[in-house]
Amino acid sequence: MNILSLFVLVPLLTIAGNLFTRDFKGARLVSAVGMGIQLILAFTLILLYLAARKSGITDEMLWMADYNWFPTLNIHYTIGVDGIAVSMIGLTAIVVFAGIFASWELEFLSREFYISLILLSSGVFGFFISLDLFTMFLFYELAVIPMYLLIGIWGTGPKEKSAMKLTLMLMGGSALLMVGIFGLYYHSAPGGGPLTFNILEIAKVHIPIEAQRFFFPFTFVGFGVLGALFPLHTWSPDGHASAPTAVSMLHAGVLMKLGGYGCFRVAMFLMPQAADEMAWIFIILTTISVVYGAFGAIWQKDLKYINAYSSVSHCGLVLFALLMMNKTAMDGAILQMISHGLMTALFFALIGMIYGRTHTRLIHEMGGLMKVIPFLSVVYVIAGLASLGLPGLSGFVAEMTVFVGAFQHQDLFHRVVTITAASSIVVTAVYILRVIGILLLGNIKNPHYEALTDAKWHERLSTITLVVAIAAIGIAPLWLSDMIQHSLTPILNKLALVSPF
Amino acid sequence: MEMSQLLLMRHELLLILSALILLVVELAAHDDHKTSIIPWATGLFALVTLVGFLPVPEGTLFGGAYQSTPLTSTIKNILNMAVLIVFLQSEGWLKKEENYDRISEYFLVVIATLIGMNFMVSAGDFLTLYIGLETATIPLAGLAAFDKYKSRSAEAGIKFILSSALSSGVLLFGLSLLYGATGTIYFSDMIPLITPSPLIILGFIFFLAGMGFKISMVPFHFWTADVYEGSPVGITSYLSVVSKGAAVFILGILLFTVFKTITQQWHTLLYVLAVTTMTIGNLFALRQDNLKRFLAFSSIAQAGFILVGLMGPEKMGMATMVYFILIYVFTNLAAFGVVTAVYNASGIETISGYKGLYHTNPKLSLLMMLSLFSLAGIPPVAGFFGKFFIFTSAAGNGYYILVLLAVLNATISLYYYLLVVRSMLIEKNEHPVAWFKSSPMMRLSLLLCLAGMVVIGFASGIFERLLSMAGTLSILS
Repeated sequence: MNILSLFVLVPLLTIAGNLFTRDFKGARLVSAVGMGIQLILAFTLILLYLAARKSGITDEMLWMADYNWFPTLNIHYTIGVDGIAVSMIGLTAIVVFAGIFASWELEFLSREFYISLILLSSGVFGFFISLDLFTMFLFYELAVIPMYLLIGIWGTGPKEKSAMKLTLMLMGGSALLMVGIFGLYYHSAPGGGPLTFNILEIAKVHIPIEAQRFFFPFTFVGFGVLGALFPLHTWSPDGHASAPTAVSMLHAGVLMKLGGYGCFRVAMFLMPQAADEMAWIFIILTTISVVYGAFGAIWQKDLKYINAYSSVSHCGLVLFALLMMNKTAMDGAILQMISHGLMTALFFALIGMIYGRTHTRLIHEMGGLMKVIPFLSVVYVIAGLASLGLPGLSGFVAEMTVFVGAFQHQDLFHRVVTITAASSIVVTAVYILRVIGILLLGNIKNPHYEALTDAKWHERLSTITLVVAIAAIGIAPLWLSDMIQHSLTPILNKLALVSPF
Repeated sequence: MEMSQLLLMRHELLLILSALILLVVELAAHDDHKTSIIPWATGLFALVTLVGFLPVPEGTLFGGAYQSTPLTSTIKNILNMAVLIVFLQSEGWLKKEENYDRISEYFLVVIATLIGMNFMVSAGDFLTLYIGLETATIPLAGLAAFDKYKSRSAEAGIKFILSSALSSGVLLFGLSLLYGATGTIYFSDMIPLITPSPLIILGFIFFLAGMGFKISMVPFHFWTADVYEGSPVGITSYLSVVSKGAAVFILGILLFTVFKTITQQWHTLLYVLAVTTMTIGNLFALRQDNLKRFLAFSSIAQAGFILVGLMGPEKMGMATMVYFILIYVFTNLAAFGVVTAVYNASGIETISGYKGLYHTNPKLSLLMMLSLFSLAGIPPVAGFFGKFFIFTSAAGNGYYILVLLAVLNATISLYYYLLVVRSMLIEKNEHPVAWFKSSPMMRLSLLLCLAGMVVIGFASGIFERLLSMAGTLSILS
């Protein structure tokens, strides 16, 4: 059996296993084991991938498998991964694993919770291994819909409203996406012959420029909604703030990356001319995302909102870097996806753990937490430093690469937007340090906090997993960068046909 | 003509036979044992359904007034399955005391309408079509008013018969214009004579309006909500899947064969009608609290989606349409089944009354959720595949904007489907519907629906077969 199919099969088996559990202890055990296996699988895949590349295999996609599902329409279940997909799979496995342990003590309908969470993750895994637009779209929608239940049932605050807003906006995005997919399908065989949904096949043909102009915005914006593209990002702060811990982690950490991944794998890869022509519109929008998200985070009082706006900023940077369309910047974009995925998951995990102790998320009601819960506080500082791009942690590597890449463009427009976007780093430092100062340092504001206990074993496991991953990328980014750059080549070649870079 | 050729009409003959058997049983049955008719009648119908799946040869009868193609027998089988599920779901309601005297009457009348629909589906000329349509419609009015002691049900019957009479009149007027212009009622003779002349276009518009009533296409949908709400639940589900499915099928056949030469004209018409049907159905569904009304408007919106599929190339359009009907049968009957089960147990049929249902009846709620997701077109349930192929079909003729409008409508529809999900799973309730166990027949029907919803999408062979069948829409020459 193909190793990639296991990534969908293991979550499904875990869900099936969950059906036989009696109480929350059984459910969480089954889920943890299932996702533990998934994590091991992901690591094996990364090692296998590196080994394969080292031994000189230069195929664009590895472990390809193909099953002709609907022969007449030429819909296939085609799977295969390159370095980018492998690293995204690794990211997903880590975040889901950490997420299970971060919600270890959830007792209300816990079985249903884990089933929805794992169903979501199987959608994400399926999305990353798909090479066929049909299955990709299927998995994409599969990943979106459990969010409604996860936020609606287990969320906090105005959860029903946030859940509905999130679901409808994302489904609206997929409506646009669907038009784009049909456009690609019906233009996939200009010289006659069978139409196809296969990305690699479509990449070989030249889609007429008029069609590209029409369908590129649909596809890019469709994925962009999930990538929090300004002004369609509004689902994100509300959704993240209302979602339970593990869901915020998974959503900000992984699900938003589906948007960025789709933007370059489908929209830009298959319609490079239109991407080149229209890049300036979206560069302006993403620059706004980056700066606006950062400024938005400054004014927030709720920890989750701070982090949600910071996610808008960081995910904006991903799309910004992709649209720069050169090797360095796109490499940085992928690094930023992974880096942001890990650190935002860490942030949300910590916020959930702190909220579980102090029962508030408003920063002004807390203070001096460093004295009572040193472990969680130190990890919070690490996450903060990674977020503002301190060397040695993943954030630095990613942002540095992005801005170096963006600066390679000589013209005024790109210079201005790059400098504007880069200024967000300063703003990021402001809100991160401000939160750390108020929340962790200073005097203990509430005598009740004296009695708080520090992280339990499962919380330590959850956070340490993420910290290790962040540090690993920060200290030794090259292996990851190599993996990504090699896989970027076909995309860059396609873009090079139209763009001077 | 040899007698053996009559076997082409096997579906209809079997139905007539079973109707006759039921009539005799009703006369012979002892007054104390009437309820035992239910399992026997349902079993008999299950047998009829099974026999229907045996391959039927292609052929025409009565000089081209009747035709049998693989596609017509498929749609007849789909209708049979739908009616079987409806029968299984009607058990609880039929066992009520007030229906005691009329059990076999119910089966008889439903089968009578089904016979009409089968003839309509197989029609080879407009007269057979019209007779089949009327045979199907008139007993339906009786069914809508089946709970005659309830004023709402009686009202539903009256509304249905009046609107049907009107729509039949409109349809017949359209047909008379077509006859006047071409001098024939046979489909095959008419095909070469159809030109985009004003008279023919006018006749076609009246014809489309008449069919529009039957499939509750906006702006001919006004009867739908009231009739659905007033009728007994079983009849409502019958109206929403079976009668709609049959009417839309023959409409599709006619559009792709008889009216092929004026494709451009009917595309324009259908474009507008599809968009308004989806949008109006959706907008009205947003504010409903009564589940039957809610499903009524949702079924109007679904009719709009079917029309979107018809905008595609003929083979693809026909196959996706039949595929969508097949999925819609299982999906909608699952939703109606849950509504029936809950209504029988508690008398509640409002969305607000479903609050907290998941905590007392988790399986029913999950099934309801799945069927609503399927209606909204969310994977992994079959509705996703149905919708996706419908849109693939329309995009095949370049109607990308129509696809966009349709998918946006699907998103709107997701909003109100999620309202029901929210009510069942998220909202708290002091007094939720108490736990109950449905009857074995109801559970069997729900299980069939669940299996249908899960399997039909993933088993690609079904769609492939429909596609290959859609190669021959008509064998009349």
